[in-house]
This record gives sequence, structure tokens and C-alpha cells, in this order.
Amino acid sequence: MGKVRKGVEVSIAIADAVAQADVDVIAAYPITPQTHIVEHLSEIVANGELDAEFVPVDSEHSAMSVCCGSAAVGARTFTSTSSQGLALMSEIFFIAAAMRLPMVMALANRSLSSPLSIWNDHSDVMMVRDAGWICIFVENGQETYDNIFCAFRMSENPEVMLPVAVNLDGFILTHMIEPVEYEDDELIRKYLPAFKMKNALHPDNPVSMGCFGMPEIYTETQMNREVGVRNSYPHILKAWEEWARLTGRQYRPIETYRADDAEYCIVTMGSYGETAMEVVDALRDEGEKVGVVKIRLWRPFPLDEFRSAVLGKRHLVVVDRAITFGGQGGPVATDLRSALYKKDGAPTIVNYVAGLAGRDVSRKDFRNIILEGKKKAEAGDTEGFTLYGLRG
Amino acid sequence: MAKTSVSSPKNVERAEYFAPGHRACQGCAEALAVRLVLKALGKDTIVAMATGCMEIISSPLPLTSWRVPWIHNAFENPAAVISGCEAGMKAMMRKGKLPAKKINFVGMGGDGATADIGFGPLSGALERGHDMIYICYDNEAYMNTGIQRSSSTPYGASTTTSPAGKKSIGQHTQKKNMVEICAAHGIPYVATACPSFPFDLLEKVKKASETPGPAYIHILSVCPTGWRIQPADAIKYGRLAVNSCVFPLYEVVDGKHRLTYKPSEKKLIPVSEYLGGQGRFRHLTDKDIEQIQAATTRTYERLLRLSEQE
Repeated sequence: MGKVRKGVEVSIAIADAVAQADVDVIAAYPITPQTHIVEHLSEIVANGELDAEFVPVDSEHSAMSVCCGSAAVGARTFTSTSSQGLALMSEIFFIAAAMRLPMVMALANRSLSSPLSIWNDHSDVMMVRDAGWICIFVENGQETYDNIFCAFRMSENPEVMLPVAVNLDGFILTHMIEPVEYEDDELIRKYLPAFKMKNALHPDNPVSMGCFGMPEIYTETQMNREVGVRNSYPHILKAWEEWARLTGRQYRPIETYRADDAEYCIVTMGSYGETAMEVVDALRDEGEKVGVVKIRLWRPFPLDEFRSAVLGKRHLVVVDRAITFGGQGGPVATDLRSALYKKDGAPTIVNYVAGLAGRDVSRKDFRNIILEGKKKAEAGDTEGFTLYGLRG
Repeated sequence: MAKTSVSSPKNVERAEYFAPGHRACQGCAEALAVRLVLKALGKDTIVAMATGCMEIISSPLPLTSWRVPWIHNAFENPAAVISGCEAGMKAMMRKGKLPAKKINFVGMGGDGATADIGFGPLSGALERGHDMIYICYDNEAYMNTGIQRSSSTPYGASTTTSPAGKKSIGQHTQKKNMVEICAAHGIPYVATACPSFPFDLLEKVKKASETPGPAYIHILSVCPTGWRIQPADAIKYGRLAVNSCVFPLYEVVDGKHRLTYKPSEKKLIPVSEYLGGQGRFRHLTDKDIEQIQAATTRTYERLLRLSEQE
């Protein structure tokens, strides 16, 4: 494929990116709203446009298990899922990271049952927050396309060797038709050369993977994981920097919009960032000194970047897309409060949970959240969270 | 006994791919089965193993008994994991990313991993037609966690979750027939084996390795600890299981059944001789044993008919 700009459904762009990345194995089980991604991939394989094994598994649990087997022999491996599918595969999702098996997942974020709902929020990914995967959030089609390549590059780096989840909002992003600039195959090959895994399973070099850990060694294995995830951070930055050098499109763990001189900011993760920017533009015109802080890299959490982006602001209005039942707010706000605890110049945090299961959060709603949040912050009403738009 | 390509101990592969020093109980016939299976497969083999006795006893970090590449991932997924290994290698070899080579892709699990928790993933992998072998080491209960019943526990056996009591015979359901279930997938090779009949076992594993597509081998693996017998009697009880027709040795090649061993009149024994010495069956009454005998004869005769018809 040559460099081209075209209008394309984001799911299709993901599949095309996976093909350009010359993936060897795709294992997936159909679940809404991930289906268009794997349908298009199976088509691409069926038409011979990508030489890969498409493994149509019996469940998501098996999808992740096949991916583990495939990654363990050193094959470039891709999967995609959502919601209940992620819940079903969660056991193996954790093991994939613990065994340092590189692979990439497009996670089309969707609410968890019950009640059954196919629409978007972040309750699925939050369930596996602590699994040890690198977790990236994207906002639009271009970012999704780009980050599939970046994710492979991060994942397969011998200094990283971790699975990477590219999170995109189900329907809001997966089913959106947008202009996306495709890069040519040669650039992709340069950025993402063939994967050569050290110590892959092969008869010429027998290794044992996934051994049993007694209490004498388990603690050390977990520290090893923690260090592994932390150490991935500079390599994540490098992967993005190299992509920027080749394409001009730069990604950062924390991205801000009109935040430098802002007195307070709205914090988002995922596709809400784009709406937030529009609303901030409008509010700026009215004299509100507000900006946007967007979390692109959720794990490993970019603590220093986040702090330097927000220290000195008066307030943060954090929009979460999931509830931690019985906890102290949405998962993002809880993390951010902890990141700022007792820091000089720390802004107060007001937390909203909004847009559960695809309930629309319009520009008007963002405006309400921002202004109401500011009022709450000024009144010192900063505990817990508010479920925005709850019908009485 | 059907003629086998290896018919004398001196012809058995000498290399050991399952190293000594593992932590299996004394008399573990499953460890013996693993050792024999690997001898038949040779070094060009990748094993994916379920959580269970074998995994625990052979891979305590930082040690390993495996001299072939080996992966353990979870309890229920060795069939899925090995199908992923096969898919990955197949793609990479086809694309020239790896030199082409014949490799045995082998999933292994106990009866719980196979007949219960990993049933779906096994069925999926067989149905998808991967070039792989799945081996079930059937010791007829969850031995690793302390002798709890599985769907592969035979009728009448007392286990820690199917205990015999005033109102219970112990396991009151019939053993799930994994061999016929796997054969019903229409895969090219299915067999039963027992390490008490090592040449028969070696032969079947080799056949499975040479057969393109999925193969399933169900190995009765006597567990002295769980069956409440003496460790020194493990081999004997394997023979008794086969000679009493409780566990017939046969194969299903492209859907055709064939007994690979028919106990001669001299060797044929009643099930009471097999059940009698085992602690797990000691509560059974003569009437219970008669009932088990009748069911065993019925099943064996059906198998004989299938074997002759085809």
C-alpha cells in the first residue's frame, strides 16, 4: 500500500494497519463492537492480502490462549475484543503480561453486564487495569491507525516484551468513518521490521515457560513484572518519537490543550478529548481560563508528566467512564487524587462519571460538567463523584 | 497384541526428554507416561501443558524437567495454547521467517483439564483442524488438589468430593467417554493407551505424530496416591484395568475402531480383580461390583462389534 488519505471506518483502518504490520497470527472471537475489525481481517486473509493464520476460536478465553501460544513461538500476534469478551479472557490476559508475551490488542471499549449493553464506556478495561499490559487510549481514526504500529514496536522491543492494548471507544470510534492518512508499506517495514524473539519456543533451544512459583520466589517474580512495566516507559516514548520522525505525528503520554495558562482543566481519556477541546474553545471565548488534559498512556501511568501538566492549576474536573463501586470515585480520578496527594500546588479534583454504556455526552453536557465542576471545586465539594445526567 | 514397531526394551529411544529429579509421588504412572510419550515424539516437539500434577512436579522455578520446549499457561487452555504455537510456526515457516521443519505440537492435560474445565478449548482446537496432538493423562480425579471427583472419575469411586457414605455409593455418574467424544469430531486419529503397555503406547504416539491434523490420545495413568494402592502396584493396576476391559486399548483411525489389544481368555479377568485392591472402591458391595461388571461387559462388547464391523 502506498501513502494515501482516505475516508474509512476506523475498524477497517485498524484491520488495514494489522495487515500492513505483516501480522502472523490473528485469534479472535466475535463480539460487538469489535466485529468489523475481525471481519475485515478475515477478509484480508481470505483474499491473500495478508499471509497470516486467522484462528477463529471457540471463545475469548481461547483467543487469548492462542495468542499466548503464538507469541511464545515468536509470531507477530494480534487480537481484538470488548467487554464480556475481555472479562472471559481476563484470566489469560493477566498471564500474557506476566509471561512477557508480546502482542497487540485493539480493545473496543464497551460496558460490562449486567444489564447487558453493547455500548461504550471504560468499565471493561478498568477491570484489567492492574494486569501489567501497556494501555494506550486513542481519540480518533488517525490515532488508532498510527498506534497499532506504535503498539507493535513497543511490545516487541526486547527491553519491553509486554502486551499492549490500544483502547478505542466502541461505536463512537470503531464505527466512525473518518479521514485517515495511510502510510506506505516501506515506511511501515522500516518502522516495524520482522519480529525476532529471543528465547521463543523452538526445539533448537528448548526453554520452559510458565513455571510454577513457590512462595520463596513468587514475590521476586512480581517485582520483576513491576520493574518490567516501569522500564517500558522510556521505550514507549521512543516508539512514539520515532513514529513522529517518520510521519510528523507525535504522541505523548499526557497531552494538553490550551492548558498552559489555564486556571483549571478538564481531564479526559479516549474520544471525549475531542469534544472537550471544542467546548474549551467556546468557553475560552467567554473568558473562562480552562484547558484540557488528556491521558493517552494509562499504564504505565506517566506520573511525572501528569504532575508537571497540572501542578499549579486550581482545579481539575476529571471525567471518568466507569464506576469503582463502593470506592471513592471513578478509577481515573482515584488514581489522579493519589498522584497529587500532598504535592505542593496540587489542584483539587472534582470527579464526574459520565457517558456510561454509550449515553451521549454532548457539548452542552461538557459545558455543564466543566462549569458545575468548577463551582463544586470552589465550594470545596470535592469528595467522591457525581454520576452526571442521572435521571431522578 | 497387535504387532508394534518397537517390541523390545532395547529398541526404545534411549534419550530422556523428561528429566529425572522431578517431584512426582512414588509409583506415579503419569510421570512414566510422559517419559514414554516424549521418547516416542523425540526432540522436535513443543509441549503446552495444563495446570495440574505434572506441571507442579516438573517445573518448580527455577528448575525444569523438560528437555523439549515447554509452556504452561493455565488450567483449561493447553489445547488452545498449542494451537496458537502451531498457527504461529506454520505462518512463520510459510512466510520464510523460520526454516521449515516438522515439529510435533503437543497439548497435555489431566482428566480435569481435558474432560471438565478445558473441554471447550479442546473441542475448538480439534474442530479447527490444527496439526497437533492432545494427550489426556487420565488418573480419574483432581489428584493435584487432593483427589476431588472429575467427570472422568469412574462410577463407584470414593473421592474427597464424591465420598462414599450411608446414602451414597461415591461417584454416582458414569465416566465421561472422552475418546468417543473426540472421535465424534471426525479427527483422523484417536487412541487409548496405558504405560503398563509401553510398546502399544509408543506406537500410538508415533502414529499420532505421523498423522497430519489433530490427534487425541487418552492415557490411563494409574495414581497410587488417589487410588489408594501401593506405589509398587501402579503398573499392575494398569494391566488389570486393561485385562478386565475396564480400559480397553484401541484406536479410531479415520473413524474406524480397532482394538490394539484383546485380552486372551487366559488373561481376561473380572472387574472385581481390578476394583478389589483399590481403596477408592473398597466400600463397594458384591451387588455394586456385579453392576459394574455388567456395564463394563456391555461397553466392551460394543467396542468389539465396532472393531469387527469396521
